Amino acid sequence: MADPVLVLDAVKKSYAVGTPVEVEVLHGLDLTLEQGEFVALIGPSGSGKSTLLNLVGLLDRPTSGRLVLHGEDATVLDDADLTRLRGRSIGFVFQYHHLIAAFTARENVAMPMLLDRGFPDEAMFTRADALLDQFRLARWRDQPVGQLSGGQQQRVAIARALAMNPALVLADEPTGNLDTKSADIAFDLMREINETYRTTFLVVTHDPRLARRCDRIVELVDGRFTADRPNVAVREEAV
Amino acid sequence: MRRWLPFEWIAAIRFLLEGRMQSLFIVAGVTIGVGVIVFMSAMLESMTANMMRRILNSQPHISMVPPDEVARPLHDAALNLGTVQRRTQRTRSIDQWQAVRTDLERNPEITHVAPVVTGSVLASRGVASRSVNAIGIEPERYFAIIDLPGNIAAGQPRLFAEDVVIGTDLAKELGVEVGDKVRFTAASGTMMTLTITGLFDLGNRFTNLRNVYVALRTGQALLGLIGGSTAIEVTVSDVYAAEDVAKVLQATTGVGADSWIKTNAQFFNVMNIQSISNTTIRLLVGLSVAFGIASVLIVSVVQRSKEIGILRAMGASRGQILRVFLIQGGVLGLIGSIFGSSLGLVAIWGFHAVARNPDGSEFFPLIIDWWLPVLAALMATATGVVAAVTPALRAARLDPVVAIRG
Repeated sequence: MADPVLVLDAVKKSYAVGTPVEVEVLHGLDLTLEQGEFVALIGPSGSGKSTLLNLVGLLDRPTSGRLVLHGEDATVLDDADLTRLRGRSIGFVFQYHHLIAAFTARENVAMPMLLDRGFPDEAMFTRADALLDQFRLARWRDQPVGQLSGGQQQRVAIARALAMNPALVLADEPTGNLDTKSADIAFDLMREINETYRTTFLVVTHDPRLARRCDRIVELVDGRFTADRPNVAVREEAV
Repeated sequence: MRRWLPFEWIAAIRFLLEGRMQSLFIVAGVTIGVGVIVFMSAMLESMTANMMRRILNSQPHISMVPPDEVARPLHDAALNLGTVQRRTQRTRSIDQWQAVRTDLERNPEITHVAPVVTGSVLASRGVASRSVNAIGIEPERYFAIIDLPGNIAAGQPRLFAEDVVIGTDLAKELGVEVGDKVRFTAASGTMMTLTITGLFDLGNRFTNLRNVYVALRTGQALLGLIGGSTAIEVTVSDVYAAEDVAKVLQATTGVGADSWIKTNAQFFNVMNIQSISNTTIRLLVGLSVAFGIASVLIVSVVQRSKEIGILRAMGASRGQILRVFLIQGGVLGLIGSIFGSSLGLVAIWGFHAVARNPDGSEFFPLIIDWWLPVLAALMATATGVVAAVTPALRAARLDPVVAIRG
């Protein structure tokens, strides 16, 4: 069997709130995500979901423990290598789309590839166009992103997260800012990608409706995993 | 997106275009700053060149003159001299001036050498008389140093034994024209009547009034210095090195050497003060331009911190973010300097066209070096990049976690 996409091994994270006082937010987490899993991360506010997402997203470093992404131990990498690994292996979808307003939809989708390669080339726009087509956004591809609706913007953001064919997509409340219809469209797209390309998703959500549609639900309370179960309903539906 | 542009340039230009108002205002600020600098520089250069042209029009770079005569008191134990009076300086020839001339002609830094004989005489016509400075010259040599033929207002620069060329202002005062005769009387009583063959205008009223040119032998006869030369006029290849050359010449020949820099010390003083104040103003304008660019970019970094965070999350390196903002600073400086140079040059042309002497001639000759706008562009671009360092570092150091959460 192939390497798991993500392995957390006794990951702790604490913040110094004025030495010597330290607050431990995550108390030694173990987690393994296999390729093609669609996982919901749930938990109350302040449980450490965002902190965990930042660690997994390589935006922050754990205080102790190991974090292995696609067989590569991220805890031993320097900043430059971490940035490279992040750009190539992880896609981000945020609650607020966070598109770059100065660019068109197409350019936003191509942006991760541009950052990785340095110069624009034909291939990255071909890839961006394909994604926009798939996301039914072809008509708006040359519009500045500011002129798109909220749902469209979030779809562009999802397309952007997939541009580099990442092993893992991290979504932080991806539909939190959308109406039900747009949320469904966006979520369906993520599932479609997950099923077609076996891309692994880790979705932080407060929305039980959304969580119920994931394969696996991991619950984080006060910095500890309190539950990690397959979502039976989805599994049965799939069978 | 231009295919040959790297990400940093694309992002920098897009960010500048997106913040259109900010960019426009700061470019206007840079334009005015660079415009002022270009205008002042061109002005100072033109003025300096004009003044120098006027001075060197009627003066050699170096004048070799006989050393001062000094009194040598006899030392006598019985006689204690309270004061030793300075000797009067008579008009006299340089000792062995032909040998000195030969020496000078061999010097590689010297381009032209012309012996002259000068002394005060009285020019009179009827009841009018003026004290003037008679200069006896060898025309072919002297004209290489002072371009008299090029400044002839009437007649021609012909100097035979009975000829004289005088300035336009002296001609006015004496009421004479080309072809008239003027009587010259030396202090010794020697008197000559010479015919005016030409009137010159060297652009300096004092010179036009005081100098009269005669043939070398005529001058020698008039001043009672047969076969003598009271000064050897010299031009050098580098006018600004004249003083250094003069010092060397004085030491090697034993003859006094006065450079134009020494005789025009006041002019150089004024020019120095001008240049210092000009540099100070340019420096301050440059600083204010730099602060302007820096403040606009700092605001831009704050406004874009979320976007910067997202770019970092998507794999942008700190270096890429740093360069995006450095480039913005450089581009603002460059564009501002292009407009600013144009503005400054148009302003100086306009000023040159409007500022006229009462007689309608130009107030100063316009001298604009092609490198002035090029230098301004380089300096402004560098200033922009330097000004962008602080904001760019700030952007590059943003923690993506904090930036995205905002």
